[in-house]
Amino acid sequence: MIIKVLGSGCSSCKKLEENTRKAVEDLGIEATIEKVTDFKKIMAYGVMKTPALVVEEKVKIMGRVPSADEIKKYL
Amino acid sequence: MLNIISQIFVWINNAILKMTWLSNLIQAFVENVFGLSIKERLGGSVHFFIYDTIKIFILLSVLIFLISYIQSYFPPERTKKILGNIKGIKGNILGALLGTITPFCSCSSIPIFIGFNSAGLPLGITFSFLISSPLVDLASLLILMSFFGAKIAIAYVVVGLILAVIGGTIIDKLRLEKYVEGYVKEIENVDVEIALLTKQERISYSKEQVKDVFHKVWLYVLIGVGIGAAIHNWIPQSIIETVVGNNNPFAVLLATAVGIPMYADIFGTLPIAEALFGKGVGIGTVLSFMMAVTALSLPSIIMLSKVVKPKLLAIFVAIVSIGIIIIGYLFNAFSFMFV
Repeated sequence: MIIKVLGSGCSSCKKLEENTRKAVEDLGIEATIEKVTDFKKIMAYGVMKTPALVVEEKVKIMGRVPSADEIKKYL
Repeated sequence: MLNIISQIFVWINNAILKMTWLSNLIQAFVENVFGLSIKERLGGSVHFFIYDTIKIFILLSVLIFLISYIQSYFPPERTKKILGNIKGIKGNILGALLGTITPFCSCSSIPIFIGFNSAGLPLGITFSFLISSPLVDLASLLILMSFFGAKIAIAYVVVGLILAVIGGTIIDKLRLEKYVEGYVKEIENVDVEIALLTKQERISYSKEQVKDVFHKVWLYVLIGVGIGAAIHNWIPQSIIETVVGNNNPFAVLLATAVGIPMYADIFGTLPIAEALFGKGVGIGTVLSFMMAVTALSLPSIIMLSKVVKPKLLAIFVAIVSIGIIIIGYLFNAFSFMFV
């Protein structure tokens, strides 16, 4: 599973990455988590408010930081 | 009938927004536990400090929660879709209105600018949105009602929106599209599917927002209340009147000039504005100060400088500053209507 965390380094983006790692760990699934900070790439997903979570190239969450439990639903 | 309605409204305003009960509670606390009289300097400052800090933090938590909940229905991606096909002044008006309910942080000004631009929105509509977004929002409306009363709060929102619409329209008319940075024009529009959030997700988002904002502004609030307390009780009336009072015809200019480079949340500037107003500073001067602090901030100007060329940026800052100054003078001139 390819997971991307979109965000340019603000604290909520880091938090999303942390929560995502925890969700992946808890579920024990095989996944790569990639951090995308270049805003041209971020905008290519149509996202205007970071942080955002992309799973298998589909935008699942944008503009907020969900808890690790919430993220599990999308994986 | 109207009398009953207005009495109910006044009660709500006093109980919930002004929290007169809290003021009385703190007064009892300061007088009985600290043994200080409210009427004297020290007691007065302590009361102001404790009461205002608690009031702002309560308002902050409740308002941010409620407003984030509402705003979760209006992500900028949705605004882009709504504005996508509208041209002309209708677009500026809609852009300004949507700016008030769309959650805004200066970190999103670049993606929002690029996003709107790539979707084909006229430059002026994007700017109407960018002017109204930080300047006018539901939180400021309710907070202003709490501190200054409904009339002033509504008037502030109305003129803020007018400023956003006029500012955006001027930018449209001046045909400044060529001053947008080249790479911005090359980014293609992508419409993302906007997920519908469940109630649970909205609540969790709103709670996060409260924690987030609290984290960002608590220090500014304390500093603001500290300055407010100093103004309230320690700085002599005569100094305030000379520098920013109504005797100084440049008060509005000064207030705006000081406010522009400041980067503080509206929650932090409120106690200062409230204290100045209490000392007889004109309502226009006070509002100009608050508008200057919120509408223009160094972080958002730096962000914008990455997507527009200096000339457009300068025109934007000039239009907003001049607008704020004019609004300030107008409010001072017509203050008899509000105060």
